[in-house]
Amino acid sequence: MNVLSQAEFDAPSKGIGMADGESAVTARGVDVYYGDKHAIKDLSVDIPAKSVTAFIGPSGCGKSTFLRCINRMNDTIPSCRVTGSIKLDGRDIYNKALDVVQLRAQIGMVFQKPNPFPKSIFENVAYGPKIHGLASSKAELASMVEKSLRRASLWEEVKDRLDASGTSLSGGQQQRLCIARAIAVSPEVILMDEPCSALDPIATARIEELIDELRQNYTIIIVTHSMQQAARVSQKTAFFHLGTLVEEGPTKTIFTTPRDKRTQDYITGRFG
Amino acid sequence: MTDATFQPAVSGKVDFTSPKAQAHLRKRYAVEKRFKAYGLTAIGFAALFILFLVSDIVIKAVPAFTEHRLTLTLTPTAERVAAGGKTDRDTLMQGDWIAVVRDGVGQFFPQVTNRTQRSKLYNELISIGAGEDIRDTVIADPSLIGKPVRANVLLSDDADLYFKGRMTGRNERNGGGLVGVSGTSDTVSITSGINDFAAELARVRSDLQVAARLAQLEATRLRTALETVVPDRRAALEEQVNRQIGIVADLEKRGRSVGGSETLGDNTASVLVKINGGVIKLTEIGNEKASGTVLIPLKTATEAKAGEWQILTLTTPEASRKLSDQQAAWLDRMKDEGLVSKTVATRIFTSGDSREPELAGILGGLAGSALTMLVTLSLCLPIGVFAAIYLEEFAPKNRLTDLIEVNINNLAAVPSIVFGLLGLAIFLNTFDMPRSSPLVGGLVLALLVLPTIIISARAALRAVPPSIREAALGLGASHQQAVFHHVLPLAMPGILTGTIIGMAHALGETAPLLMIGMVAFILEVPSSVTQSATALPVQIFLWSDLPEQAFQAKTAAAILILLVFLFIMNGAAILLRKRFERRW
Repeated sequence: MNVLSQAEFDAPSKGIGMADGESAVTARGVDVYYGDKHAIKDLSVDIPAKSVTAFIGPSGCGKSTFLRCINRMNDTIPSCRVTGSIKLDGRDIYNKALDVVQLRAQIGMVFQKPNPFPKSIFENVAYGPKIHGLASSKAELASMVEKSLRRASLWEEVKDRLDASGTSLSGGQQQRLCIARAIAVSPEVILMDEPCSALDPIATARIEELIDELRQNYTIIIVTHSMQQAARVSQKTAFFHLGTLVEEGPTKTIFTTPRDKRTQDYITGRFG
Repeated sequence: MTDATFQPAVSGKVDFTSPKAQAHLRKRYAVEKRFKAYGLTAIGFAALFILFLVSDIVIKAVPAFTEHRLTLTLTPTAERVAAGGKTDRDTLMQGDWIAVVRDGVGQFFPQVTNRTQRSKLYNELISIGAGEDIRDTVIADPSLIGKPVRANVLLSDDADLYFKGRMTGRNERNGGGLVGVSGTSDTVSITSGINDFAAELARVRSDLQVAARLAQLEATRLRTALETVVPDRRAALEEQVNRQIGIVADLEKRGRSVGGSETLGDNTASVLVKINGGVIKLTEIGNEKASGTVLIPLKTATEAKAGEWQILTLTTPEASRKLSDQQAAWLDRMKDEGLVSKTVATRIFTSGDSREPELAGILGGLAGSALTMLVTLSLCLPIGVFAAIYLEEFAPKNRLTDLIEVNINNLAAVPSIVFGLLGLAIFLNTFDMPRSSPLVGGLVLALLVLPTIIISARAALRAVPPSIREAALGLGASHQQAVFHHVLPLAMPGILTGTIIGMAHALGETAPLLMIGMVAFILEVPSSVTQSATALPVQIFLWSDLPEQAFQAKTAAAILILLVFLFIMNGAAILLRKRFERRW
C-alpha cells in the first residue's frame, strides 16, 4: 500500500533515527472515563524522546483526550477519571506526590485555536518564566523571551513591537507566539492539539517547518486530522479508533504498509 | 401557519412567478413590515413618556436654580454686631445681622412703624438668612463696621415666588390720561381725564359673572339637599338657600350692569395704582373715577400726566395668595428702585436642609448619599467579587453550592423594604449602631446590592473564554494564578459594569433608608459615616411633603440632580465597558 509519494517521507525521516530514541513518555494500560463514558480503553504507547509523534484517527477516537492526560489537563474536568500509568522519564505523572504545576512546566501545550493572552507579546512569552521564577533579573527575562521567540521563528517579525498586543498578530503568528510561550519555560515535551487546524496553508507550512526544527530539542506529540501533515512532520505515528490504539509504528511503515485493515481504510480515506 | 404551501408549477421546479407564490411573498413582507411597525410604536411611546417625564421635571426645576435678592447699602453699627466692641470672628458671628438688614430695608419705608406691619415687611419678605452676605463681608474686613457697605440681601421664598410670577399673575400698564388725586394718605379718590379704568372695570364684571355661575351651582346643590334634609334642620337650610339665591341675584346684577362703579374685594383681582411715588389699592372702580386706600404714601397730591402713573393688576385675588397687596406694593417699590436682581441660585448646591425654602440645599443629602455609597461600595465590591470568584472557580459543584446559588438569586428579588427591616433589627437594635447614619445606610444598601454584584460578577467570569484559562494552566500556572492573572482582569469590565449599575440602584433607593431613620430633618452636612444624615432620594421624599410652594421647585431640582448622577453613573458603566472590552 503506497498512498503517499516516497518524496513526502524523505525530508522528515532524515534527522534522528527511530531506533536510537529512548522513550520520553510511556503509557501502560491507560483507561479514561468521562462519567460513565469509557473514552480510552487499555492504551499502551511509547513516545520516543526528541522526535515528533503524531496521533491520528477519526473525530472522537480519544486522541485529544489521551494528549490531555499527559499533562493532566483533564484534571480540570470534574467527571474525568484516569487509571493505568503514564510515566515521564520513568516517573508516574499521576503519582500523588508529583506536583501538577511542575509537571505542566515540563510538558508544554499548544492548543487547537491560537490563544495568546490579551497582553503584550513580551508579557505572553515572559509569563511562564515569571510564575516559575526562572529569570533572576529583567535582563535575563528579556533574553529568555528573545530566545524563545527566535526558536519559534517569530523574533524577526515582532522584535520591533514587543509591546503590541498578542491578539493583534495574524493567526499563524499567534500560534507561533503560543509555541514560543510554551518553550519559554524549557519543557521536555510539547503537546500540540491540532495546532494548524485554524490556519491557512502558508501559516501551516511555517508551523510544520518549526515543528521539524523543534524536535532537535523537544519531544513533540501532535494530534492532527491531516494525514499529509502527520506524514510530513512525524517520525512515529499512532492510529486511534474508538478509544483504542489500533496501530503504532514508524510513520513510513504506517503510511506504506499498515498491518490493520482499519488503519488502511482510514489513511486511504475510506472513513473518518 | 403563515407559511402556506404552494405547488410547484412544473414538476421539480418552483414557479416563483405564480400568483400563489407572489401572494405568499407579499404576505411574508407584510408580516415583516407589521413587526417593524410594532417595534417603532413601542419605542415611540417609550420615548414620548421619557420626554414628557424629563421635560416636566426640568420645567418644574428651573425656578429653583434662580433666586431674587436685594442689593442694598447697609451700615453695620458696632452696637448691632460687635458686642463689647470686640471684632473677633466669634463675636461677629453672634452679631444681630438681620437687624442690620432691617435697618437698611427700613430706610425705604419710613412709614412702616407698627408691629404688625414691620413683621409683614421684615419677617415675611426678607429671608432669615439675609444677613449672611454682610456678615461674611464684615468678618473678612472688620474695619467696615460703622461704614456703609454694599451687600446682597436674600428675599424670602414668597417674595422670590412673587418676582418669578408664581404667586400671582402680574399685569402692569401705563395710565393713558391726566389724573388728579385727592390726597396723599388714607383714603383717596382718583379722577382720570379719559376712561382709564374701563378695562379693569370690565374685568371685574366678567369675574363677577363667573362668580355668579359658581354661586348658582352652589344654590342648586343646596336646593337638592333640601329634598332629603331632616325636618328639624329644614328651616335653617331654607334660609341658607334663600340667602344663596340672593347672592346669585346680586352677583348677576353687578356683573351685567353698565357704567357706574363697582367695589373690589378680597375675592376679585387686585388693582393697584402707582402714582406720585406712592401706591394706592383701589376699592371702588368706575370708568373714569376710582377710589382706594393708600398702601405707600404719595409724595404730593399733584396731577400726574399720561405715562407718569401705572395701573398694576394682580390677577390672583388677595385671599388666595400668601402675600398681601401691601407686601406686593413694597416688593414692587423695591423693584422700581432697582434694588432687586435675579441671580443663579448656587445655594441649592452648597447648603444643607432648612425649613426655609430659600435657604434649603441638597448638599446634606448629596454628602449623605456619597458617604452611604462609599460604605456600600467598600463592602460590596470585595465581598461580592470574592464570593463570585469562589463560587464560580473554586467551589465544588454540589447541593450546598446549588442551594447557595438559588438563594443568591432569590435575595436579588427581595423587596428593598425587607432589607430595611433587617437593618433595623440587626444593625440598630442588636448591634446598637448609630441611628440615621450613613454607616448603617451603607450596610443595608450593601445587603441589597450584594446579590446583584455577585450575579453580574459570576456572569462576567463565565464569559471569559476557557481557552485563556487553559493557556495559563497549560503553562503551569496554578488555578489561583490563572484566575487572578488572566480571568479576573478580563472579567473586570463586566464586574465593574454590574457594580456601577448596582450602585446606581442603591443610590436611588429610599424605602430601606426610611426604616433605619435616615429620614430625619438634618441641618448639618454630614462629614463622617457615623453622623446623622439623610440621602438624596430621602431628601426628595421629605421636600415633596412640605407645604411651602417654593419646595415644589426644590423637589424637582433635587430629582433632576439625582437623575443627573444616575445618568453619570450609567454613562461611566458604558464607558468602562467600551474602554476595557477586549477581543480575543
